[in-house]
Amino acid sequence: MIKSLADLEKAASEGARNIHPPYLKVMVGAATCGIASGANEVIAAAEESIKLIGNGAVVTRTGCIGMCYEEPLLDILKPGWPRLTYSHVKPEQVAGILEAVKDGKVIKEGLLGKIEEIEDITRNTRNTRYRFPLEKVPQEVAEAEHLFKLPFTDKQQHLAMRNCGIIDPESIEEYIARGGYFGLYEVLTEMEPDEVIDMVDKAGLRGRGGGGFGTGRKWRYCKQTEGYRYVICNADEGDPGAYMDRSLLESDPHSVIEGMLIGAYALESQQGYVYVRAEYPLAMQRLQKAIDDAYAHGLLGEVIFGTEFSFNLRIVKGGGAFVCGESTALMASIEGKPGEPRAKYVHTVEKGLWNQPTVLNNVETWANVPLIINKGADWFASIGTEGSKGTKIFSLVGNVERAGLVEVPMGITLKEIIYDIGGGIPGGKRFKAIQTGGPSGGCIPESLLDLEVDFDTLWEAGSMMGSGGMIVMDEETCMVDVAKFFIEFLKDESCGKCVSCREGLSQMHEILRRITEGEGQESDLDLLEELGKVMQDSSLCALGSSAPNPVLSTLRFFRDEYLAHIREKRCPAAVCTALIHYEINENCTGCTLCAKNCPVHAIAGKVKKLHVIDQDKCIKCGVCQDVCKFDAVTRNTRNTRNTHSSEKPS
Amino acid sequence: MGQPKGLVSENAYTILNEVEEKRVSLIAALQKIQARYRYLPETAMRQVAARLRVPVSQVYHVATFYSAFSLKPKGRHIVNVCLGTACHVKGAGLILDRFKRELKVDEGDTTEDGQFTLQAVRCIGCCSIAPAVMIDTETHGYVRQDKVADIIKRYRESKEK
Ligand SMILES: Cc1cc2nc3c(=O)[nH]c(=O)nc-3n(C[C@H](O)[C@H](O)[C@H](O)COP(=O)(O)O)c2cc1C
Repeated sequence: MIKSLADLEKAASEGARNIHPPYLKVMVGAATCGIASGANEVIAAAEESIKLIGNGAVVTRTGCIGMCYEEPLLDILKPGWPRLTYSHVKPEQVAGILEAVKDGKVIKEGLLGKIEEIEDITRNTRNTRYRFPLEKVPQEVAEAEHLFKLPFTDKQQHLAMRNCGIIDPESIEEYIARGGYFGLYEVLTEMEPDEVIDMVDKAGLRGRGGGGFGTGRKWRYCKQTEGYRYVICNADEGDPGAYMDRSLLESDPHSVIEGMLIGAYALESQQGYVYVRAEYPLAMQRLQKAIDDAYAHGLLGEVIFGTEFSFNLRIVKGGGAFVCGESTALMASIEGKPGEPRAKYVHTVEKGLWNQPTVLNNVETWANVPLIINKGADWFASIGTEGSKGTKIFSLVGNVERAGLVEVPMGITLKEIIYDIGGGIPGGKRFKAIQTGGPSGGCIPESLLDLEVDFDTLWEAGSMMGSGGMIVMDEETCMVDVAKFFIEFLKDESCGKCVSCREGLSQMHEILRRITEGEGQESDLDLLEELGKVMQDSSLCALGSSAPNPVLSTLRFFRDEYLAHIREKRCPAAVCTALIHYEINENCTGCTLCAKNCPVHAIAGKVKKLHVIDQDKCIKCGVCQDVCKFDAVTRNTRNTRNTHSSEKPS
Repeated sequence: MGQPKGLVSENAYTILNEVEEKRVSLIAALQKIQARYRYLPETAMRQVAARLRVPVSQVYHVATFYSAFSLKPKGRHIVNVCLGTACHVKGAGLILDRFKRELKVDEGDTTEDGQFTLQAVRCIGCCSIAPAVMIDTETHGYVRQDKVADIIKRYRESKEK
């Protein structure tokens, strides 16, 4: 039980010993993305080899440090050495790596970098950095790159992700060792509830879930209404292409719990909920463990830190509906009803869950709160831009060399994110657009890459921050197809309450289907814009009112692609199935691989002879192109012999 | 459907008692039943309505609103092909088509032998390893069309857990 500052410090020193033990520790990144890349097999191999090392050596799990493109990741913490990180680790390599380490040597293959010091970002003793005590460091280690100075990491600043990939997410002591729950202690023992609200307001924290509403302001509005107040964490993370909330819950669940505790104290609330989507089983499991541990240590429940403050927290599992990320729908869902949004003449801060005043914030928003308490409002406000303070986690994915989670100060340019951090577009292809803001967002073209990203600039560019998904699209992405993709998504997810949203999306989808099949007319484009306008004006919730954004933004920046589909019956990116065909060119060596893999037996040809595709049988699945080792299969659209070369500017 | 009616009500008894005692929400009650039977049998829905004292129509509204619920029995393994944005730009649509052909079912349907239900899902948050497919609770990344048959085989062969 943790009842006092002394208890907290005792837990912290125990945690510190687990983070940097006086014996060898092997750590594997085991969030969902790591596990899907093979982390569990690496852990099994490490546990096998560690037995031979003895001397108390252990294998532990950590969360995701954001370098998803390098997974599985294996870290070595050996007393006297900096932390070493290996990437793309295969189970069969583990024994070799560990045996070398045992003998004081280092295998260079796969060594990604080292960490010599980490910021103790939430440490109550402010401005400290933890330096790894170094002695007898082998030459290879001395020469290794610094992990936080790699192109991917150099411009990042991990605030919300401060513990991701550093601690064991299932250890409350390790969270405390990194300064966790010290902020809560300070708040409960030294601050008035309204002082906390002032502090969060002064820090300039804006909601990370989409709208960017001022968090302090929201709390103040809620406080003005009397009632049994609730605090809720929105972990529905519905935006396709965004996964920072999943990663935070899997890598550092206590930061969200502590944030909610601090918010609950400020709002004098006694009950909180975390609404987690059903597709995130591991996040739910780690969060539940963290909640159980917090109860067991007296940090949730009655008389926390011996004060009068009590707070209970429960997980509610979502039912699989995108619209439930919307505030009123989410609250209806917690009440056990269908998640249909209601009109917000009265805001949820006044009448929310069970008609009581309610504050809803996003996972990342909550994770930032303890930091503000520990480091101060001025410190937080010194990061970022005029109107958007702090950092934002983006999931940089799609056609980009280094895909992963990047946490950067607001105000960094899109170009820096895509090229410096992400390493640009793979395969020498050309950049076409970056999609931000989820289904309600937009596609930003190359001409705007110098944009300094924050809530307001993205809005002005016809997109929005959303929850932080950034999907990079190369020249082989068709923008009409992308618009159709989002409209189809929203059509499926519309709750159906407002006619404009329900019918508007169906009609838009039908028009876009026609265009992508080469049956569109130029007047369709005006119709799309007109429909979009009506939907913006007459839908109750933001799902409907922002639904036309993907169409409007692609029409604004990529109108010529729509026109190519309509006038020339041509898909310039060679994506839209109805407008493309596959061909085999003279590079073909007659290896027969494509014919063997063709699911409909549409490819004929003798061994070592040029193969031919029967266009009548071909279903355009593209397997032949995937398996061909000689670049002999091309995907073509009308009027071009070979899009792969003819569309590419030289 | 499949299950004899008596069995459903008997097994549902413990779930329903728990539901009533803990006063859990309608959604949570249906989640428990879905988890047990892999669908919502009509008798169970009627009993939930009675125990929670809500109209059957409301139970049906919730059951058909959320994609987590199914009125038809689902297969032993649930194949969720991610159609999120990152997966889409990396060809997830073609992966889904391949699963349809290999399993010989349409999206949302269950194979005749009751082994697999094929579903499309909108983002499972594994965008960095797109295209991704989640089978039961296991996630597979960088899925390629020519690997689909192998993936299915692993589950078909795996004994019931
Ligand atoms: C259709 C729709 C879906 C949404 N989905 C999410 C979501 O998945 N996660 C989230 O945090 N906010 C989502 N939001 C925004 C929430 O309504 C709400 O503004 C947010 O959770 C408030 O938290 P914040 O102020 O910390 O950003 C969604 C909004 C709409 C209209």
